[in-house]
Amino acid sequence: MTLRRDIQSWGRLPETEHTVHEITDRYASLPNINGVGSCLPHGLGRSYGDSCLNDQGALLLTTRLDRFIRFNADTRELTCEAGTSLASILDHIVPYGYFLPVSPGTKFVTLGGAIANDIHGKNHHRAGTFGRHVTEFELLRSDGSRLRCSPTVNPEWFRATIGGLGLTGLITQATIVLKPIHNPHLEVEHIKFGNLAEFFELARESDASHEHTVAWVDCLARGDKLGRGIFMRGNHAPADRAGKQRPVSSGPSIPVSAPRFLLNPMTMKLFNLGFYHKQWRRQTDHLIHYEPFFYPLDCVGNWNRLYGKKGFFQYQCVVPFAEDDRAIREIFETIAASRQGSFLAVLKVFGGLPSPGLLSFPMPGVTLALDFPNRGERSLALFDKLDAITAHAGGRVYPAKDARMSPARFRRYFPKHSDLVPFVDPAFSSSFWRRVQFS
Amino acid sequence: MKKVLILGATSAMAEHAARRWAGDRCSFFLVGRKTQKLESIAEDLKVRGAETVGIHTADLAVNSAHAEVLIAAAAFFSKVPDIALIAYGVLGDQEAEQSDPELVEANLRTNFLSPAHLAGRLAEQMADAGQGTVAVISSVAGDRGRQSNYVYGSAKAGLNTYLSGLRNRMHKQNVRIVTIKPGFVDTPMTAHLKKGPLFASAEKAGSLIYKHTNRGTAVAYVPWFWCFIMLIIRHIPEPAFKRMSL
Repeated sequence: MTLRRDIQSWGRLPETEHTVHEITDRYASLPNINGVGSCLPHGLGRSYGDSCLNDQGALLLTTRLDRFIRFNADTRELTCEAGTSLASILDHIVPYGYFLPVSPGTKFVTLGGAIANDIHGKNHHRAGTFGRHVTEFELLRSDGSRLRCSPTVNPEWFRATIGGLGLTGLITQATIVLKPIHNPHLEVEHIKFGNLAEFFELARESDASHEHTVAWVDCLARGDKLGRGIFMRGNHAPADRAGKQRPVSSGPSIPVSAPRFLLNPMTMKLFNLGFYHKQWRRQTDHLIHYEPFFYPLDCVGNWNRLYGKKGFFQYQCVVPFAEDDRAIREIFETIAASRQGSFLAVLKVFGGLPSPGLLSFPMPGVTLALDFPNRGERSLALFDKLDAITAHAGGRVYPAKDARMSPARFRRYFPKHSDLVPFVDPAFSSSFWRRVQFS
Repeated sequence: MKKVLILGATSAMAEHAARRWAGDRCSFFLVGRKTQKLESIAEDLKVRGAETVGIHTADLAVNSAHAEVLIAAAAFFSKVPDIALIAYGVLGDQEAEQSDPELVEANLRTNFLSPAHLAGRLAEQMADAGQGTVAVISSVAGDRGRQSNYVYGSAKAGLNTYLSGLRNRMHKQNVRIVTIKPGFVDTPMTAHLKKGPLFASAEKAGSLIYKHTNRGTAVAYVPWFWCFIMLIIRHIPEPAFKRMSL
């Protein structure tokens, strides 16, 4: 047990104080947290806001629970301890011709975190969320009980824990079904689009032909260029199209927080312009290794320091499909008018496969994610405006990215939140949970 | 493939080194005190590619347990291991040791007498078999006695000297003795310490132990920059050193 003040989430926002306990043995019972009230599992801390924090309470650090347990080649089921990172799973499985069923935008998340946030990836329109590919896990509760959970065994606990933000207990181990691949490469097309209507058309056309789709959007463009960007779509390469082996090297790392003046409307405009015009031709084709395709930012260590000492917010919302795409249009207009948007916005169409969790974020519709440097009240006022549009459209905001949504918005976004309450472990809590429940 | 015997296999650094050997499809015999933890590590190494993994529960701090462990390992492999990694140790509580000679003896037994005895026995077995490598996780703390942990430090200093002599004696018999000297490593043993920029991850340290053991490096600082830190610390004149609070 150690007292630490240096633990932050990826957005580096709140100052916190935690009592930390390292979990090293999945058979051990939970540490005694008497005196600090509550605990919360904490993996690699890649959630952006406060859903991975438990200020003034205890954190159960899980990154030493990183052992493989078994792999069944017939069923493609891999069982690991919950602190195993997706990065180390990939390192091991890709040479054998397997891939993650669903992969987020960073490989530096743990298996437990992937389940607790029911993460999604570029193949949501085909595969749905991560939770759909989990066949079983073990949940350790503060009363010492261990629940085996699967879609058929303790199914109500299974649904509560997937997307349950770590509140239902400690996931000690989990089983996922891997996807077979021929080689580590993807055939990828980059296609420029001039506005939102073109984006939706590309998305519709690509859903049937491509397993992975995502778009990067110039969030500062307005008028008839609103929503312009570059659409990326790809499929795992067939056996006869293996690319060159990627040299093993780690990229640069941002050593210290960047000074704030580097992030101003002018530099942001230049960056967005540069990205959009980097590609002259309408379409370019590439054979790309999975790492730069799925994890383009992972090659820059601690890139979150680029946003300076005050940290940053990420706003990710989803709005259901609508005839005129009004909500997403309005969101882009509001962001462009605020002149606060920063680097590229990520736009992706979610498919209709239901998410298994009570608090899962994805729903059929279109999701937008964008970073904002922390400008205090100005940022918060902008997010309130975006929330109003999202809520009105019947959408929701992603808890894993959130540091500020109000309790009223949370209840509206997640109508099943009250179904989760009976499953929350009495000894577990998080800064996020206290904020949206009680404030 | 190579037969790897790990003594103190639940050590975080040893576990990470073992993962690298598992990738090379080695066979393992893991010895430690906690059966369940040894079982988890064995499962992990099998998924990572290990050919076969055996486990054995024993308290290695007790020298009389060693003979049985070595017999069990040789029986499991049907030969003398190619590589033996001795990885156990305890930091000890320097302040408590200052007033309790029994604690000092216990520290010296675990960190010096026991690993020295095992290394010597293993080296002789390997010499008879014609080849082998014994790697021992020692510490930079053995390079100079400091007020904050000189009991642990003197045990490691004794171990370093023993290994140096053993290496010298075994050189002609094709047996390599590798002294591993880690600096600060982020493991459960150092969980209570505040982590600074000098800390290496257990994974990084494990990778380096794997590399140096395969190479047969005589003395390996882990990571390498500790070689320079300790060079400076060793050369501070005693009149100045005795006034410092290190």
